[in-house]
Amino acid sequence: MDLLRFITAGSVDDGKSTLIGRLLYDSKSILADQLEAIERSTKNKANGEIDLALLTDGLRAEREQGITIDVAYRYFSTPKRKFIIADAPGHVQYTRNMITGASNASLIIVLIDARQGVVEQTRRHSIIASLLKIPHVVVAINKMDLVDFSQDVYNKIVTDYTSVAQQLGLTDVTYIPMSALQGDNIVDSSSNTPWYTGKPLLQFLEEIELDQDINLTDARFQVQFVIRPQTEELHDYRGYAGKIASGIYRKGDAVTVLPQQLETTISKIEVAGVEVEEAFAPQGVVLHLADDIDISRGDAIVKTAQLPKTSNELEILLCWLDDKPLQTGNKYLLQHNSRLVRAVVRNIEYKLDVNTLQQQPVEGSVKLNEVVKATIKTAAPLVYDSFDQLHTNGSAILVDETSNSTVAAVLLK
Amino acid sequence: MSQYRLNYLEQLEAESIHIFREVAAQFERPALLFSGGKDSITLVQLAKKAFAPGKFPFPLVHIDTGHNFPEALAYRDWMAKEVGAELIVRKVEDTIKAKNLTEPKGKFASRNWLQTYTLLDTIEEFKFDACIGGARRDEEKARAKERIFSVRNDFGEWDPKLQRPELWNIYNGRIHKGENVRVFPISNWTELDVWNYIKTEEIPLPSIYFSHEREVLIHEGQLIAVSPFITIDETDVIETKKVRYRTVGDMTCTAAVESLANTLDEVVDEIKATRISERGETRIDDKVTEAAMEDRKKGGYF
Repeated sequence: MDLLRFITAGSVDDGKSTLIGRLLYDSKSILADQLEAIERSTKNKANGEIDLALLTDGLRAEREQGITIDVAYRYFSTPKRKFIIADAPGHVQYTRNMITGASNASLIIVLIDARQGVVEQTRRHSIIASLLKIPHVVVAINKMDLVDFSQDVYNKIVTDYTSVAQQLGLTDVTYIPMSALQGDNIVDSSSNTPWYTGKPLLQFLEEIELDQDINLTDARFQVQFVIRPQTEELHDYRGYAGKIASGIYRKGDAVTVLPQQLETTISKIEVAGVEVEEAFAPQGVVLHLADDIDISRGDAIVKTAQLPKTSNELEILLCWLDDKPLQTGNKYLLQHNSRLVRAVVRNIEYKLDVNTLQQQPVEGSVKLNEVVKATIKTAAPLVYDSFDQLHTNGSAILVDETSNSTVAAVLLK
Repeated sequence: MSQYRLNYLEQLEAESIHIFREVAAQFERPALLFSGGKDSITLVQLAKKAFAPGKFPFPLVHIDTGHNFPEALAYRDWMAKEVGAELIVRKVEDTIKAKNLTEPKGKFASRNWLQTYTLLDTIEEFKFDACIGGARRDEEKARAKERIFSVRNDFGEWDPKLQRPELWNIYNGRIHKGENVRVFPISNWTELDVWNYIKTEEIPLPSIYFSHEREVLIHEGQLIAVSPFITIDETDVIETKKVRYRTVGDMTCTAAVESLANTLDEVVDEIKATRISERGETRIDDKVTEAAMEDRKKGGYF
């Protein structure tokens, strides 16, 4: 049994809450007492059906103030897979919420209201999915019951979205006609759509191949923590604890420590105190090196045969997440996994319109939810890959040193 | 599946170990909040694995309400010795006296809410900058929205509207003096994941998690252990039943479930089959208001 993390993107009336509620309900993840609470709150009990959308109802603070606090996480599992849903609200502060929820997702469900077809929101969700390189896209064409399960409507939306996907370079796209409210094509194939030969949603989510999502070719590892017990029996023990971000490490591998540029070999690999011959992403391990090298948190240990880039001047795509606008020329802290360096953003080239993907000139400051192309200079070199090629080693955040807030998502080019 | 692919429990474990190492590296004085319950027991196991063969890097901190199950306390003491961690116990009783607080009243008067006072005092006393807790997002809807690194202000308060974006696996633990971070390494685990992990790792548990005979008061369908901490009226129905606990909290606010499960396999099978949520079945304190947890968290609760 493995794990699939996905995000659902939809605007308020696309039926996102109903869809999530339906998945939780039909996978029997909603327990009797939770159901009772929902039944109590369901306002219209006349038709005897419970309001599935209430399953994802938020906090009191949200209801009182009419706001939505970014991402909520939902869990369900079937005998085949465990699922983690990042449930990001569709309206306020959209980009920020979606990036937060999407950053760990390997699949996105883009909801389309069959009556509306591909709309501006759909494009925006899809652009963010493509920016963040979410590998798998499911286009859930919802509310098919309201268009009489018309195959023509479905076909038209597939044609429209296919051109969006082509433009954005989304390659793995699956279309499913459904009614979340009535359960069509969610767990079982619906008799209302005999023309649809694909899998129902849940079966698709259970069976989609995920093996290719983790890069096992380019070995990347960053030191999180140096383990030095300095006890009598472990006097000379010095291990580098961290997570293998990608690739496979084996005992005896020739490695380079960066940014120091020192070559050595792996003398030992441990997982939870037990020695192993090899380890792979995303395992947490302790690496030992044949040579005594001064290494600290944030340094990279990579295979000499597959070196990443090392530079202190980088091209980036930056999404601003803070209410206070970006001050070019200000110093920020850049956190690249466990590596923390000072950085200055300069040369803001253009702003990306997240509705059209058009490049626009930047006038004035960079504000909340804006995505810009810029260059960044760091006080010490970063060891990185382009986000597009290896997202685990190509992503970073900016932190405002005075507020300590996380103010930007950074995609390294 | 390729041989280079982790199963779901191994993926969850890897994520949690990564979080633990970030805490150890980013903070000066982190502590692990330990109650002797299955979630904090899972945390200890993960921390052992994250730092092996090094020293266990956090003290275990227990906020003792005085209403604990003796079995959980014995386990707590044993576990601290077992991993070689410093054990810090601070008692709610002492806070009540020192601060002249009012004891809650009622049939099942719970000191649960008062723990917050003791917790905040303890954080201040030891200058803890990070407190690791075993809360899970599947438990409750306030928890579902909380970050893995949850920054609290100097009153320990959670502000759901001011949370930092938490992107990829990058954790920003920077804080101002006086603030602290609550860290929840098993945020993405469900109750069943925890049980499956305990089973896979063969982690010993306090005996109350398994079937045993106990005198219980039957109150609105819930089974509450007979103890000196609750008020028993003449009309109360008291029976001796075979029970186990699904969650371990205070004797005053945790209900038992009828069960004959004696082994982890049997317990896991029962959890899989259950149709009632962990909190719904066992926590008396969450029923007060629908937003009980949200309110407590905003007030500085775990």
